[in-house]
Amino acid sequence: MNLELETAANAENLRRVAIDPVSRVEGHGKVTILLDADNHVHQVRLHIVEFRGFEKFIQGRPYWEVPVMVQRLCGICPVSHHLAASKALDMIVGAKLTPTAEKIRRLMHYGQILQSHALHFFHLSSPDLLFGFDSEVAKRNIVGVAAAHPDIARQGVLLRKYGQEVIHYTAGKRIHGTGSVPGGVNKALTIEERAALLADVYQVIAWSRDAVELAKKLHLTNVSLYNSFGAFRSNMLSLVAPDGALDLYDGALRARDETGAILFDHFDTRRYWDAIIEEVRPWSYMKFPYLRSLGPERGWYKVGPLARVQNCDHITTPFADMARREFVDFGGSQPVHATLAYHWARMIEMLFAAESIKELLHDDDIVGTELMAKGERAERGVGVIEAPRGTLIHHYRVNEDDQIVRANLIVSTTHNNQAMNEAIRQVAKRYLDGRKLTEGLLNHIEVAIRAFDPCLSCATHALGKMPLAIELIDADGEVVDRLIRSSSAC
Amino acid sequence: MTPNRKLKVATTSLAGCFGCHMSFLDIDERLFPLLDRIEFDRSPLTDIKHCGRCDIGFIEGGICNAENVHVLREFRRNCRLLVAVGACAINGGLPAQRNHLDLGNCLQEVYVTEPGLAKGGIPNDPELPLPLDKVHPLHEVVKVDYFLPGCPPSADAIWKFLNDLLTGRTPQLGHGLIQYD
Repeated sequence: MNLELETAANAENLRRVAIDPVSRVEGHGKVTILLDADNHVHQVRLHIVEFRGFEKFIQGRPYWEVPVMVQRLCGICPVSHHLAASKALDMIVGAKLTPTAEKIRRLMHYGQILQSHALHFFHLSSPDLLFGFDSEVAKRNIVGVAAAHPDIARQGVLLRKYGQEVIHYTAGKRIHGTGSVPGGVNKALTIEERAALLADVYQVIAWSRDAVELAKKLHLTNVSLYNSFGAFRSNMLSLVAPDGALDLYDGALRARDETGAILFDHFDTRRYWDAIIEEVRPWSYMKFPYLRSLGPERGWYKVGPLARVQNCDHITTPFADMARREFVDFGGSQPVHATLAYHWARMIEMLFAAESIKELLHDDDIVGTELMAKGERAERGVGVIEAPRGTLIHHYRVNEDDQIVRANLIVSTTHNNQAMNEAIRQVAKRYLDGRKLTEGLLNHIEVAIRAFDPCLSCATHALGKMPLAIELIDADGEVVDRLIRSSSAC
Repeated sequence: MTPNRKLKVATTSLAGCFGCHMSFLDIDERLFPLLDRIEFDRSPLTDIKHCGRCDIGFIEGGICNAENVHVLREFRRNCRLLVAVGACAINGGLPAQRNHLDLGNCLQEVYVTEPGLAKGGIPNDPELPLPLDKVHPLHEVVKVDYFLPGCPPSADAIWKFLNDLLTGRTPQLGHGLIQYD
């Protein structure tokens, strides 16, 4: 782990520069940089500065309110929380979903992947990639893209619109809908809704293919910059389907090390705490998770598109799988660890989502009538899903009066905490060190953060209940004491 | 208003979820003609970090920490019209559910006294803004000119509101556009 820039030895003698707020990301975060008189960088940190405590205040609420409440963690990926909570509560009500319910939920989820990935690539990141990292600040935004590349901006807006429409038809409204409930869904598609979505889906697939090409072209035309910018090697974690296919709605955990070798596979998400453990650092409300088997030094990892596209063995839809092969071939014998390759991988996933929506729209189960199931009541439920930004874990305990008594949420962006800090330290060392800082140089730091598509909105609002490891470090940086809270369930 | 001047619009999210910003983007392709009539100042969509002189400020989210108060005041100082957008800005929203809990206990429980955690620590770096003991709506801190309800307000409601302002009418949502969920 690159601890050299995490904590400066003599912070009081250094000059502080802050990027506050980090912009063109979802949510609230800031970066602080400590520099000496010669502009050498001594400390770089991404801080998550807010906290809300959803896990505390949902205690005492009836469990069926939870999928609608917790999605208010995040207006960008509300469906992720809506579905992760529903999946956890399916276990509470003992439900094995009907085919219609599972397919409607998947449709909702792919709609969300499509809209969120489009938003991130076109509205938020494309200005850096199209105009340059230190281009003029007044133009470096979606308005500038709309002026200079109207077709690209328009496709981005319409791709996002289509994803939002899929959510609207499956969840009832575009943001903070109510479609998924413990045990199933409350609505299938009507014939008319199915026809309306089918009318546009082929255009959406075509645009998604264009988007993959655009992201690939950006990477390949400036390959040395894109390969090295903020790059670091790390483990990777994601869900995969039982046959190793990319699956964003369900599956078991797989982790690979930095060489691509499998660390563990088919790991049952119901015991996620045996795989992952977290530690606290005083300068951020967001915790730092790592793989328990490897420890804090070597166990941190990345999640999200770059991890998922390389963690899986194949993708079930043809165009996206072709794109995945090309991506993997680009890496050669080693996994791709380039931070900016997140964009390329993200567009491959967007194509996968578009193709999956098409497949589901052709499946008659999505206009079915069997919406709900139930079975033997349980006390605990764990729901894990691959949100647009990475693995999302919801875990609840419910008492016999149907009230939530404990809740634990580990949001996607938390998994990438160390990875994002690592990326910005690489960028600071390479581009900022010893130079007079300009707005354009500081934007380099944000370009690295944006690649992860962090949802700082989610990250600021969870209050952890994870197993924790705490280190007590003295003034010289020596570990004086180390405590690990046992891995008992919440 | 001179016909060619673009209105300057600043937006921010305080203790919100960005859902109101997303609902604004749900105007979809209507965004493009709108860009001929407005110009963004500070917003999560631009890299302008501090709000300059603006015609309209849209704020989603309530007030949960000291930094939120600073940003809100910066907006009030600079914006001719300040609009509280969505449930959280108007009454604290879901995050205000923590108002019946003691914040100190909350932090203590999570970061210090969790079972099996003899010595922990509440994140306390000076870089972290101090959390407030309660989540407050915007109008408890500054004067708010308009309240746009909903969780989030629909894209059509935001569109109607903006268009009324742009054409110099007093904004009125009317039936069908006011909703609270």
